[in-house]
Amino acid sequence: MSKQLKDSTPTDSEVILGILNNSESALKRLYTAYFPMVLQLIINNNGNVDDAKDIYQEAIIVLYNKVKAGDFELSSKLKTYIYSICRRLWLKRLTQINRYGGDIRDFQEYLPIEEDEAEQHNDRNVQFVKMESALQLLGEPCKTIMEDFYIHNRSMQDICERFGYTNADNAKTQKYKCLQRLKKLFFQQK
Amino acid sequence: MPAKAEEVVFSAEIRRSKKMSDNQLLEVIERYLNGEMKADERKKFELLRKENAEVDGKVVEHKLFTNLLKQYGERVELESRLNAIHDEIDVHTLKENLMVHPVWIVQLWRNHHSKISVAASVAIFAVLSALLFTGKLNNNDSSKIVELKNKVDRLDRSNTNLSRSINAIKSEKGKPVADRYSASATGFAITSGGLIATNYHVVDGVNAVSVQSASGITYKAEVLYSEPQHDIAILKITDKSFEPLGTIPYTFKRAESNLAEQISTYGYPDGYPAYVPGSLSSLFGQNGDTLHYKVTMPINPGNSGGPLWDSKGNVIGITDSKEAHIEGEHFAIKAKYLLDAIKNIPADSLDSKIVLSKKNTLAGLTEAQKAAKAKNFVFMVKVY
Repeated sequence: MSKQLKDSTPTDSEVILGILNNSESALKRLYTAYFPMVLQLIINNNGNVDDAKDIYQEAIIVLYNKVKAGDFELSSKLKTYIYSICRRLWLKRLTQINRYGGDIRDFQEYLPIEEDEAEQHNDRNVQFVKMESALQLLGEPCKTIMEDFYIHNRSMQDICERFGYTNADNAKTQKYKCLQRLKKLFFQQK
Repeated sequence: MPAKAEEVVFSAEIRRSKKMSDNQLLEVIERYLNGEMKADERKKFELLRKENAEVDGKVVEHKLFTNLLKQYGERVELESRLNAIHDEIDVHTLKENLMVHPVWIVQLWRNHHSKISVAASVAIFAVLSALLFTGKLNNNDSSKIVELKNKVDRLDRSNTNLSRSINAIKSEKGKPVADRYSASATGFAITSGGLIATNYHVVDGVNAVSVQSASGITYKAEVLYSEPQHDIAILKITDKSFEPLGTIPYTFKRAESNLAEQISTYGYPDGYPAYVPGSLSSLFGQNGDTLHYKVTMPINPGNSGGPLWDSKGNVIGITDSKEAHIEGEHFAIKAKYLLDAIKNIPADSLDSKIVLSKKNTLAGLTEAQKAAKAKNFVFMVKVY
């Protein structure tokens, strides 16, 4: 009984508070609650299961970032918002892959989503893709040093020990060199 | 004041930062961005940023870049969390339940459309080829070609034959009564010795042929040679009373004529001579055949087998037949085929080699003069 309650659709404010508090369970309930709706949209409009996963995760990330950034105003039901974002993203994807036949079979009501909202998200995705490939090209040990220091906020002391540098200055020099190379790799990409 | 002096010292120190490695500058920037500087150090650094655009640029760039790296890390982490959640969902079952199943006919089409398409193509091909082989696709039905022969009908002809044989039996002399021909058309001289060109359909299946000159004299003739596929027949005047004609005033033009050429024909549409002008409307006949020209001229039954002249008086064709449904649109066999037919006449059926006229004496004459000069070479062909 309690499990069922837990699995049931969370309220919109539960979701938003959950995201703000980094609640894993809230994220999970959000995800499981609306995935079927999006799966239904995609698979009945020329898409497959993997497309549905991609689109849905993108939409969840958009929501997540907006909530985290504090500029999310819920003007409709969260369900409608998510559906509308997915619909917008999927239409765009369909057009890109030339599979858009001119109409889409809808299952929910939806809101018009502004173009630049999706655009912004897209720009950031492009940057992330660039960062990912720059990190790949960077290679070890630089990649781990960069991740440890700038992403996981590890101290130089930790890093020193992990990589067996004899003194902190050596580690700093190494970190500096790695960062310069990473920047170079990142900005070289078109 | 001391503060001022100190600032100067710090600036100088940072300016020396050119010498001080970029490495060390970066460390300063990081300490600044991480809020690890003490208040007065911070103040000094901010002042430096204001003064030194290069340093300021580096600070901004470093901040943006490390933020992006940080966000990238967060994104990767979020994605892995989402993937973990996703992996717990039974997507396959969900899919089965959520797929909108279209009605059976649509499903049938989706699953088998390639097979259905192939089957349909085969069926269409079969029907088309069946139609083609049975001749249903030939346009005989829809646009019927009415031959311009002044036809009194084959039944009538056999009737005449019948009455003629009755008469023959009655008179016991076998003399045909009067001049009762069953149909008339036109023919024109190709040699002065009495070779006449006309259409094959004019003489097809007839008992006897005669030609009548412009002056009204009838001469017995026979079919010397014919090419049914081109609807061409060459007659030879066999009558003993026939006197050779003068020099043929027109020549024959083997080369294809020009579109929109002014043309004319002379013939016996209703048993009486008639001159008809017109224009060459197409170098192709019905459905694009290359045997015929398409001509626009008001010709009538009986013009079949007549000469088709261009404006210079060259024979460019033989007036042939009429398209049933379009008023004023007719066809003429190109002269090339006539010339080929003349060449194909077996030598042993000829008394002498055929020499075609090489001099066109119609050129430069008015239409009236042309008609007057040419009429003696155009005959009414009568069949029995």
